[in-house]
Amino acid sequence: MQNRVAITGMGIISSIGNTVEENFNALISKKAGISDIELITTRHTNEIKVGEIKLTNEQLQQLLNLPVNNTFTRTSMLGAYAAKQAVNNAQITAINEVRTGLISSTSVGGMDFTEKHYKQYDQYPEYQKYILSHNAGDSSNKIADYLGLKGFVSTISTACSSAANAIMLGASMIENGYLDRVIVGGTDSLSKFTINGFKTLMILSDTYNTPFDQHRKGLNLGEAAAYLVLESGEVVKRQNKHVLAYVCGYGNANDAYHQTASSENGEGACLAMKKAFEKAGIQPGEINYINAHGTATPNNDLSEGRALLRIFNSVPKFSSTKAFTGHTLAAAAAIEAVYSVLALQNNMVFPNLNFKTPMEEFHLIPETEPVKTEINYVLSNSFGFGGNCSTLIFAKS
Amino acid sequence: MKNCYINGIGSVSIQATGFSIFDAEITTVQNVNKAQQPSYKELIAPAMSRRMAKGVKMSIYAANKALFEAKMVDPQAIIVGTGLGCIEDSEKFLDAIIENEEQFLTPTAFIQSTHNTVAAQIALLLQCKAYNFTYVNGANSFENALFDAFMQLKHLDKENILIGGVDEIAPYTFSMFEMVGKVKRVGDNINFKKPETNGIPLAEGANFFALSVKKTANTYAEVVDLLVFNDFKDDETSTIKAFLEKNNLSVNTIDVIVLGVNADAVQQPFYHKIQVLFTETPQAYYQHISGSYDTASAFGLKVAAEIIRSQSYPEKLKYNEAQPEKIENILLVNQNNLTDFSFVLLSKC
Repeated sequence: MQNRVAITGMGIISSIGNTVEENFNALISKKAGISDIELITTRHTNEIKVGEIKLTNEQLQQLLNLPVNNTFTRTSMLGAYAAKQAVNNAQITAINEVRTGLISSTSVGGMDFTEKHYKQYDQYPEYQKYILSHNAGDSSNKIADYLGLKGFVSTISTACSSAANAIMLGASMIENGYLDRVIVGGTDSLSKFTINGFKTLMILSDTYNTPFDQHRKGLNLGEAAAYLVLESGEVVKRQNKHVLAYVCGYGNANDAYHQTASSENGEGACLAMKKAFEKAGIQPGEINYINAHGTATPNNDLSEGRALLRIFNSVPKFSSTKAFTGHTLAAAAAIEAVYSVLALQNNMVFPNLNFKTPMEEFHLIPETEPVKTEINYVLSNSFGFGGNCSTLIFAKS
Repeated sequence: MKNCYINGIGSVSIQATGFSIFDAEITTVQNVNKAQQPSYKELIAPAMSRRMAKGVKMSIYAANKALFEAKMVDPQAIIVGTGLGCIEDSEKFLDAIIENEEQFLTPTAFIQSTHNTVAAQIALLLQCKAYNFTYVNGANSFENALFDAFMQLKHLDKENILIGGVDEIAPYTFSMFEMVGKVKRVGDNINFKKPETNGIPLAEGANFFALSVKKTANTYAEVVDLLVFNDFKDDETSTIKAFLEKNNLSVNTIDVIVLGVNADAVQQPFYHKIQVLFTETPQAYYQHISGSYDTASAFGLKVAAEIIRSQSYPEKLKYNEAQPEKIENILLVNQNNLTDFSFVLLSKC
């Protein structure tokens, strides 16, 4: 296929590992990263489980070698850590040698620091340096600076579908000749703000999340960052780059149904998947694995399941990996893009943990064990508040 | 390749509803500047309106005006840029978390605090299931949205796209900005031409544009090209020259340069460099009319589109003495604290 956008590097940090390899090992050995919350003090400690990265901000600062007077928030640090891995993995040594961009997504931005110091800023001038780190764009600028990148830098925030949109925009910019290379993904840290927000919506589970299960009680929030390096066919050829996989299809649609709930029939999800198939030029029957959005909320899994049944005559092997990582919001589609590439590279379907009872509305059974099978195409769904629905299709290299 | 035309504009600003840059009177900017809220009752049911965030309401109003003016009913994408989103609701929710120690919270403020609320609410209202995106990249959030629309109209099979930029003022965020000197304080001298004090005169507003590949009787201008970036790879002069050359233009063929000057003494040196390069060129400014905020540059695009269509150059926009002989090519330059740069190139149709 012409113009295929190549993935030449990836990096990730999540509650199941600080590297791509650690994440892969956790996935195939069914080792979830869901735990009690330790690094944030909240009244809800005993009522929630989270996908928390067990590194303190001080440890992250050390890992990144940041100067003492830095103004990186946790979101920026996780992002910089994963983005740097991706750049190294793609063996990029001179980042600005070709037109290189960064498209990062986040939903909380610097909220984790704002909520810590808010209303105390006037008493503690030493914290005031973080005031201007609150805005979402600051995290992307920080990551770009950390990588030494000068060029197109963008930040996308479409709630839980954000990183899928970052990947989509990056692919489109390469296809249309605006960039030669782009680092795409997302980063979000846990925060009291999102914990309480999701709590008020009553979609947080008080135990381990169980995607696509009849008795699912809601989601576990998580934190993570992941980035892919996308490069044009020309750069790949000229630099003889090793290609991990290709981004071959993407679609974006809006459910236009409700600010926070998905429509009963999964209209937006269907439209996003249809557009992705049109773009990829393949048929649904060619998909070997679906990495579902599967947040384990009653509403999402029903709506997504119905959408899958509308699109696929026979739904291929599928799973949600959110039982491993929790729902990492704006980073979710990025970590799941990494898992999709790992699925292609290893011909491996990752298990949907904690599934026991099929939903009564339909007969959809996710894979519950790692399955070795030939995989040529992976479809990954991501849906968010505001009706934002996005689908990505990845192809084997 | 297809073209990208501005066919409709809607705006809510600190100026009176229905304000035109050709009006004689303008409200002078203060250290803090609230938008003049239009009547929403024709567009939004009162019960809904009471709960809706200010940013959402301003955007629905401006989006509606832009679509109406362009006679556009079916945008194939809704793309919004915002620096901080509905920050008033973020504050409300955070205040409630702290004051009530994480108890008795209600979801409304949390839901509206999500950055993509504006684009989502417009989609809901229009029942528009098309591509829906929200950019949150500081001072070029709006230009990110414009770029996305530009690329899609040029290269993809789309004809009509709605884009906009919106930001709100919220009280505690303002006071935090005061602590770090980002904004003007009460009594600070506000001088756009010779800034002597630090900080910007903070404001709010929503500016929306109906973009199309089709030129109509109402077309304002063509968006010829734009560049969005975090930092200069080469020096400013050669970067601007290369951008103009790519579009078969030069410093001398730019009829008006529109500067995002924001009365901040700290930020003035960058614009001074641009002024030096465009010494002979008529230089315009607009933030003395709109006030300054992350997406104020969308108001700048509105001003540029209006002068190019009307071929008149109101005295109040003049940043230097030069008077254009014709207005065919306009370059807009914006940034914030030496990042979030954007160049936008407009041409007469």
